[in-house]
Amino acid sequence: MALRIDQDHNRFRQIVRGRIKRDLKKYITHSELIGRRGKNLVSIPLPQIDIPHFTFSPHQRTGVGQGEGEVGTVLGSGEPQDGTGKAGDAPGAHILEVDVTLEELARILGEELELPDIQNRGTKNIASDKDRYTGIARSGPESLRHFRRTYQQALKRQIAANLYDPTNPKIIPIREDRRYRSWKVSKQPQSNAAIIYMMDVSGSMGDEQKEIVRIESFWIDTWLRSQYKGIDVRYIIHDAEAHEVDEETFFHTRESGGTVISSAYKLSEQLIQKHYPPGEWNLYLFHFSDGDNWSQGDTEECVQLLRERLLAAVNLFCYGQVESPYGTGQFLVDLKDVFKDEEKVVLSQIENKEAIYSSIKEFLGKGK
Amino acid sequence: MSLPRELAELQKQILGYARSYNLDFYEVIFELLDYRKMNEVASYGGFPCRYPHWRFGMEYEHMKKGYAYGLQKIYEMVINNDPCYAYLLECNQLVDQKIVMAHVYAHSDFFKNNMWFSHTNRKMVDEMANHATHVRRHIDRYGLEVVEDFIDLCLSLEDLIDIHAPFIRREPKRGFAKSDERLAPKKLRSKDYMNDYINPPEFLEQQQQRLDEDARKSRCFPEEPVKDVLRFLTDHAPLEDWQQNILSIIREEAYYYAPQGQTKIMNEGWATYWHSKIMTERALCDAEIIDYADHHSGTVATQPGRLNPYKLGLELFKDIEERWNTGRFGSEYDSCDDLKRKLAWNRNLDQGREKIFEIRRFHNDVTFIDEFLTEEFAARHKLFTYAYNRKSGAYQITNRGFLEIKRRLLQQLTNLGRPIIHVRDGNYENRGELLLKHLHEGVDLRDDYARATLQNLQKLWKRPVHLETVAEEKGKILSFNGKELSEAEVSVESIA
Repeated sequence: MALRIDQDHNRFRQIVRGRIKRDLKKYITHSELIGRRGKNLVSIPLPQIDIPHFTFSPHQRTGVGQGEGEVGTVLGSGEPQDGTGKAGDAPGAHILEVDVTLEELARILGEELELPDIQNRGTKNIASDKDRYTGIARSGPESLRHFRRTYQQALKRQIAANLYDPTNPKIIPIREDRRYRSWKVSKQPQSNAAIIYMMDVSGSMGDEQKEIVRIESFWIDTWLRSQYKGIDVRYIIHDAEAHEVDEETFFHTRESGGTVISSAYKLSEQLIQKHYPPGEWNLYLFHFSDGDNWSQGDTEECVQLLRERLLAAVNLFCYGQVESPYGTGQFLVDLKDVFKDEEKVVLSQIENKEAIYSSIKEFLGKGK
Repeated sequence: MSLPRELAELQKQILGYARSYNLDFYEVIFELLDYRKMNEVASYGGFPCRYPHWRFGMEYEHMKKGYAYGLQKIYEMVINNDPCYAYLLECNQLVDQKIVMAHVYAHSDFFKNNMWFSHTNRKMVDEMANHATHVRRHIDRYGLEVVEDFIDLCLSLEDLIDIHAPFIRREPKRGFAKSDERLAPKKLRSKDYMNDYINPPEFLEQQQQRLDEDARKSRCFPEEPVKDVLRFLTDHAPLEDWQQNILSIIREEAYYYAPQGQTKIMNEGWATYWHSKIMTERALCDAEIIDYADHHSGTVATQPGRLNPYKLGLELFKDIEERWNTGRFGSEYDSCDDLKRKLAWNRNLDQGREKIFEIRRFHNDVTFIDEFLTEEFAARHKLFTYAYNRKSGAYQITNRGFLEIKRRLLQQLTNLGRPIIHVRDGNYENRGELLLKHLHEGVDLRDDYARATLQNLQKLWKRPVHLETVAEEKGKILSFNGKELSEAEVSVESIA
């Protein structure tokens, strides 16, 4: 049943959406949202969508309470509420937490950054069969017998046949009474996109650089998830050697040592070969580094790997270069030289957190 | 939807019990709602139909979430209307429904008999629906965003009413001197040499001053400060008809809700007092006692450091009943300094019940606390005052002295806990600008909100607007001219 309030509620959601959109840049550059991601929802703290009034300054406000305690006792960290006035006098109370689905957030991101929808490349939408127990059948294995339905049938039959004695209610099911749970097979679209994140964790990548990578990959994730049903994500870190790691390690490891970028590209090539046959998968490679490769020779190897192996397999290869005080940033220059006209290669320089916004746009703006 | 038979029976029962205690109420119509509908009605402030506005949607979002996470559940909701409408939550237990019904009948009695409600519109359900129709019509005509923006402006100012206005008969305007001539005080006739005695110069001087003052006032607009700022705006701001209509709708609703704010402690205390009487003395059956106790204790539970109006009101009514039953009031009792005698004091007056009925007729929270909060009560219930400590960034207990507690409590209840703000001058600096004045009583305004509200005010008044206030012990005037905010210091004397 539709409620009258739905209209007002939708209007409110619209306003919220507008606010998020307006402040999206701010949200994008803050890592706060990442911690607030639930399974399907992000809870976004919005500063007071509120109608201002003339009201008392919360910090000069005094009040009356009830309970134990000497003079000077602290009343907990939250603000006391007098209960007689309006709730929420303290500044904290005006923060509104709005839950937005990741999907909606992605839509807002898409609208604001004018991201085109991705043209699905994997011609096969892999579907897997999934069993769902939704029906009832007259035959089946005993392990699936539906006790209540069986009982019901027996009861019905006995009443109909006048075998039922309310003073001595004995119900004896016979063969025909038995009911079994039955299942339907439904096609479930399966994840058909995979992202491989690679990050340079050599000594020159500091916490700030990693923070940038973390934020940027959160938004990339959000966007790609909205474009595909289910997504596989892999993480590779590398210094002089590359390892596949879990998400936690990816963002929090700090290693030191040299940088051999080709090691990561080799590893991702192996991953692709093993798990993601290119015909069936939309593949995205993101690589973040400060651009300081070990040797020119390795850079050449990277270029070769990309050109001969990786590019054919992927939708997009994105290289984000994070500015660091130690890096020379040469790698970006080299890639630019070679892949000027290559559509599948996107290169972006991310000087600081503010640049994340435009970098996302560069990465995803092609609709691939 | 009419009540199922079981509940209808119950209603008849509870109604009988309520009558038997001489509660005198409007007819109450109960409706059974599921939680979604309940949340909806609650978001609309209890009314089935309100004008469309996003803030109701925001309220709904909060309720929905609160309900989904099990943080809050609305048990009872009742509208001051004749007949009263009250809502029951479908999934509540029977014993809960009983409590709610008993509670609601007491509210209805309070609405009907408390004099602070005597001027409220008792057909408000219809009126609210009419308001909705008006607003929808404006929306159709001028567009959602335009109307919504305007409502936002009005809501920003909705507090600025004079909650006592319904009870005051204003004197008709005195005629004032039209000419610019300066009036001189009349002299009594006298012989020259007697003149200084019959018309003493000091007296004449005084009279002259008074006349000048009157003349100055009569040139002022408004002559006296106006507390009902919304009214002033409706009458004098350059508004289009539909805008005027919306502003007066907001104002009317603000006045309708004001008495509920003024009597929160009493009203809830009264209802809680009666539901516990009715339940424990009449309506409970043995099997329900545990559930009742659980529910009731939830209603009167006080979190450490807070004040629960249900609890405070209930305890005050019980205390008063006890005092008037035993005669523990008046100068004889007060001046008795023998603690033993005081504790055993009993005059067997049995006037308690009568007294609380009288109180529910004549008092509001401010007068109620002022008159019936005693030192013994404050100590027994461990009341204290708290304040924000800038150093530690936390609220701390500051005082357990009775006078301080009472002063704070009254301050907190005065004008519904809102700052008092008057229109001081509608032709400020003789330029058609508007000057409001905040009557500072120790607490500053919240600065960012004050600025934002001032900007909203300017959108109504169209000319520059000013607000006189005090911040950090310095007088200042905040101004907004439509483009930018400015701030000027003024001496505190001129503010006072």
